Amino acid sequence: MSPSLIIIIAVIIIVLFVWFTYNSLATGKVRIKEALSGIDVQLKRRVDLVPNLVNTVKGYSKHEKELLENVTKARASLMNAKGTVEKAKSDNMLSSALKSLIAISESYPDLKASKNFLELQEELSDIEAKIAYARQFYNSNVQNYNSTLAAFPGSLIGSMFAYKPEEFFAAKESEKEPVKVKF
Amino acid sequence: MNIYSQISANKTKTWLIVGLFILFITTIVFVYGKASGYGLSYAGIGLIISGIMCFASYYYSDKMILGMSNAKQIKKSDNPQLFRIVENLCIGAGIPMPKIYIIEDSAPNAFATGRDPKHSIVCVTTGILEKLNKAELEGVIAHELSHVQNYDIRLMSIVVILVGLVALLADFFMRSLWYGGRRDREKDNVQGVFLAIGIALAILSPIIATLIQLAVSRKREFLADASGALLTRYPEGLASALEKIAKDKEPLEVANNATAHLYIANPFKGKIDGSWFANLFNTHPPIEERIKILRSM
Repeated sequence: MSPSLIIIIAVIIIVLFVWFTYNSLATGKVRIKEALSGIDVQLKRRVDLVPNLVNTVKGYSKHEKELLENVTKARASLMNAKGTVEKAKSDNMLSSALKSLIAISESYPDLKASKNFLELQEELSDIEAKIAYARQFYNSNVQNYNSTLAAFPGSLIGSMFAYKPEEFFAAKESEKEPVKVKF
Repeated sequence: MNIYSQISANKTKTWLIVGLFILFITTIVFVYGKASGYGLSYAGIGLIISGIMCFASYYYSDKMILGMSNAKQIKKSDNPQLFRIVENLCIGAGIPMPKIYIIEDSAPNAFATGRDPKHSIVCVTTGILEKLNKAELEGVIAHELSHVQNYDIRLMSIVVILVGLVALLADFFMRSLWYGGRRDREKDNVQGVFLAIGIALAILSPIIATLIQLAVSRKREFLADASGALLTRYPEGLASALEKIAKDKEPLEVANNATAHLYIANPFKGKIDGSWFANLFNTHPPIEERIKILRSM
């Protein structure tokens, strides 16, 4: 084999290598975006459900103004949230606000027994399960992408084309910590 | 290996298997053509006819399977809890929602079929819905959705059809011998040799093809167990579901030899005696081994 042929083959191999790595990073990024929109769909469902829930609770309990305001505030901040980290943060805020809203139903037997409230509660827990799964799918995509980016040759190609690691959609802090009981 | 490289490896494997089968089938057709004395063009016609039959069965395989199994499609209002489990796991796996079918049978079992995630079907028996709790049912559904996500359903459909094609060709050949081929005296010796090879192939090739199908099917079960467990993040759910299914001694009546490999566990409940020769003919890996692997995750 002549030296020029060897050089040509080497160049072709390098080009293919760059090409495949670049493609895997680019598809990784697209998949992350898709997965994020999957989370957004479920977050929107929850945002749409909140006014209904707030109105139902309002009808039965007159003295929980602060609690209801918290929920409405958290909802508004989730609606305006931009970016993964901010969304995850306000989603966690809404989750804990909704949790305390559901908890007060214990002291209002009429509310607890109302068919409307039970349905809303069921739908809410369904949405929460779906958010958890959408988050899991998103995070596994981010993990794939980030590990491609961290290892060679992804690290080299990534820095050449300015690819940066993506943020995980963080789980709720309350899910990680043991539940604190206050008296 | 993450799930995407599994999927692309599976797609490559599908093409490899299809390629090997084409080679195998061409050889068979060549031998049959020489042996029957009709010549290669007749064998070619046989190949085209059976090819068309197989292509049609690829597109209608899901309907045929569902028809054979007496399965009925259900709506969300019929079983909202089951639908929620499937919806949630589909979101987790990032695949579209499959159609859900039910088999009215008290034997606990489930299967997935279809061509790709967009045309997929998950089917469960009423027995599995009654006997398993929510975590176990989630494990089973996650296993089935992994078959969908990994393109196992396509791989298995194609393999089954190619195995069917080999059997069809062998059948054509044996029939053509019944009716007596054309004899050419001068070439009698050569034809005699091909005749012997042809008959041996006609007997052996369906068995070989079936063994390949079963080996592929057993391998896919382990992978689906693992990626199913990754999806629910709770291997114990599937492990205890498999334990319950193994303990249940009732065979599934609607299952037959053509559909047995689809199910999550062997629907015949036959004994597994563990010798390597018997293992070659098993549609499923031993359930104890699957449980052991799941428990060690």
